[in-house]
Amino acid sequence: MQVTLKIFRYNPEDDRKKHYDTFTLEAEPTDRVLDLLERIKGNQDGTLAFRRACAHGVCGSDAVRINGVNRLACKVLVQDLKTRQVVIEPILGLPVEKDLIVDMEPFFDHYRSVMPYFVNDDPPPPKERLQSPEERERFDDTTKCILCAACTTSCPSFWVNGSYVGPCAIVNAHRFIFDSRDQAAAERLEILNEQFGVYRCHTIFNCTDACPRDIQVTQAIGEIKKALAKGSLD
Amino acid sequence: MQKHQYEVVVVGAGGAGLTAALYASRSASTAVISKLYPTRSHTGAAQGGIGAALGNTEEDHPEWHAFDTVKGSDYLGDQDAIDFMAAEAVDAVYELEHMGLPFSRNPDGTIAQRPFGGHTNNDTGLPVRRACYAADRTGHMILQTLYQQSIKNKVKFFDEFYVLDLLIKDGKTAGVVAMELANGEMHIFQAKTVIIATGGHGRVWETTSNAYSYTGDGLALTLRKGIPAEDMEFYQFHPTGIYRMGILITEGVRGEGGVLINGEGDRFMETYAPTVKDLASRDVISRAMYLEMKAGRGINGKGFINLDVTPEVVNHYAEIDGRKNPDGSPYRVTASDILSKLPDIIDFCETYIGVNPVSEPMPVQPTAHYAMGGIPTNKYGEVVIDEKNTVLPGMYAAGEVACVSVHGANRLGTNALLDLIVFGKYSGIKAAEYANSEPYVDLPPNPEAYAMEQLNAIQESSGKENMITLASEMKSVMSEHVGVFRVEEGMAQAVDKVREIKERFKDVRVDDHGKKYNMNLIEAWELSNLIDIAEVTAVSALARKESRGAHSRDDFPDRDDEKWLKHTLAWMENGGVRLGYKPVTMTKYKPKARSY
Repeated sequence: MQVTLKIFRYNPEDDRKKHYDTFTLEAEPTDRVLDLLERIKGNQDGTLAFRRACAHGVCGSDAVRINGVNRLACKVLVQDLKTRQVVIEPILGLPVEKDLIVDMEPFFDHYRSVMPYFVNDDPPPPKERLQSPEERERFDDTTKCILCAACTTSCPSFWVNGSYVGPCAIVNAHRFIFDSRDQAAAERLEILNEQFGVYRCHTIFNCTDACPRDIQVTQAIGEIKKALAKGSLD
Repeated sequence: MQKHQYEVVVVGAGGAGLTAALYASRSASTAVISKLYPTRSHTGAAQGGIGAALGNTEEDHPEWHAFDTVKGSDYLGDQDAIDFMAAEAVDAVYELEHMGLPFSRNPDGTIAQRPFGGHTNNDTGLPVRRACYAADRTGHMILQTLYQQSIKNKVKFFDEFYVLDLLIKDGKTAGVVAMELANGEMHIFQAKTVIIATGGHGRVWETTSNAYSYTGDGLALTLRKGIPAEDMEFYQFHPTGIYRMGILITEGVRGEGGVLINGEGDRFMETYAPTVKDLASRDVISRAMYLEMKAGRGINGKGFINLDVTPEVVNHYAEIDGRKNPDGSPYRVTASDILSKLPDIIDFCETYIGVNPVSEPMPVQPTAHYAMGGIPTNKYGEVVIDEKNTVLPGMYAAGEVACVSVHGANRLGTNALLDLIVFGKYSGIKAAEYANSEPYVDLPPNPEAYAMEQLNAIQESSGKENMITLASEMKSVMSEHVGVFRVEEGMAQAVDKVREIKERFKDVRVDDHGKKYNMNLIEAWELSNLIDIAEVTAVSALARKESRGAHSRDDFPDRDDEKWLKHTLAWMENGGVRLGYKPVTMTKYKPKARSY
């Protein structure tokens, strides 16, 4: 079948303003949107710039807006689109560098701000620290995050104010806060209790819809809010 | 042009690079240069587990792990390095756990382990639970954990910088040249030591489990600097990639009891590997699948086999095999067990082929997966450059790009993640030690000249040749003639064809002539890397007149220890490839016939 891709273009090195280019190509229903981008780049316009690596939804490189919603280009098939007219744009809320490539630094700055790493200052035992399957299950959902930014850049609160840490950073704080082996939950909760922390979330659920790993993002944020309100993790 | 100075420069930010950086940065100024954001690295795509004889649910020993690895390597692995890796494995896994890695757990709170191909109880020959796992996302958890610890330890990153040249002066390491992708600017990094950790090159072949980014960058850099590549003819085709797409379906599926079924409904691995069956090593299974398909026993006569992990089928064969749980009760699974142990596999199958593995079999075919060969190193990650294992001072390599060799002619599942951690660690430690005792080497004059010359050649080419066409012709000839089965004539054809493509590459078309995120130019460079590696692979394969591990020849079907128990070394020289050989390091394991 024939599909038409209308792709956002911007290159600060040339004189043209931000615009859209339209490409028409043959596609199979089982083609990934990323396959189409690759074919356009290979056969029609080598200047098209976008990020990609694994091409099967685990590296988090290719989050873009497809027909208005955040998706990984490698995880949407042509047959999933329900239309042959496809609009592809960079994710919102981060400065566009070129075409579909945005500046990820503000996003990673927020991520780094929540202590997204394991803290346990006790001397480790000779073998593994023990953790029951139930304790492990408690934070399983948020270990799945691939830092693609689909959630944060789908959030209207983040669009309004880029100082908001955003759902991705909160998800990554959650992954450690609810890990029975970790000792820095209180510090992370304090960070998230601040002006641009969890209370910027207005439970709009865009993030949960956008997450390509099916993480229950809004629920994780809710659990953090609850922990702050109760002053405990139970 | 900007200049930087670090005692240790790590190139690549996957499992090996991040581990190296964590260790090196404890005592030496360290920078990590990566063409991708670190968490995009291909380590994150690894699924099934990391091997270590923890013995959490049944008897196991590092010595058994070492023997299985030697046998899996078809006796081409260096036994001193294998002994070292197997012994280090246990602590490596505990260290990861102490960094917070969220392993799946046993009821007693210890790290969960599952069986994997080629890993056995050496007394009984039956599969042993040695693969430490986090569902089917072990690589993801390793990559995330190492990156998290890098943030905690304030490791310095140059993200989206692409290394274009290694600087070597008077036989010593001097640094690297890199391009900042965001603006095209060139950067010179003066360094006492360079650790190359750029991963593999599966994009040489058509159907692959590898990321677009797996283009052999570090290996191509060393080849162009006169450093040989070792054992390049040994490339692993993983038995179970999703049909046509190549996306990896972990061996963990078979570890959990999944079986391979041919078009006649038979579990054919019983014939090829009577003891461990579907948990034979990967080379053995990929060959068996090809033979089945060649004999018309693919599914509906087509080029795929079914991988079945539906509970009914798993339980049926578990009963036949008499498989037991660690407590001695019969092994049985439910749909929810499969869901909780293989969630990503289920997601991939549903997303890409509309198959739910809990209720239907998965169509699979062998997929280009892993380079056993690479930059020659010793067990400390030091790059060695000749038949006598002479060290190139200050140069290190670790992970898939390196060839220690612990994998020999065929790697066992779970040993790749282990390799990253063990040899990433030791290359980091050794590089920092070296940096603490040696001065900086002066940079050569015009350090960027060689990189610029190559970039300009691409930018100023006639533009007659389409990159996609060249890439697809290379992949096609390599898949057809330097794949699972090989013969003299086909490999010779592949060598000629790749050389023709190499010549045509001089006219490659690049549309983008800008500075900013010129991904078009980078892709052309990556293709040139792949072409060089394809040539070295095909030439190395053509010369080896025997069958061993992943190198399987119809015209020389047997292993020939008398003539070929040796490592290949391949130098890119004078527009061609020169071959040499070096002995395999043996300790206590004498080569014997390999059966599963």
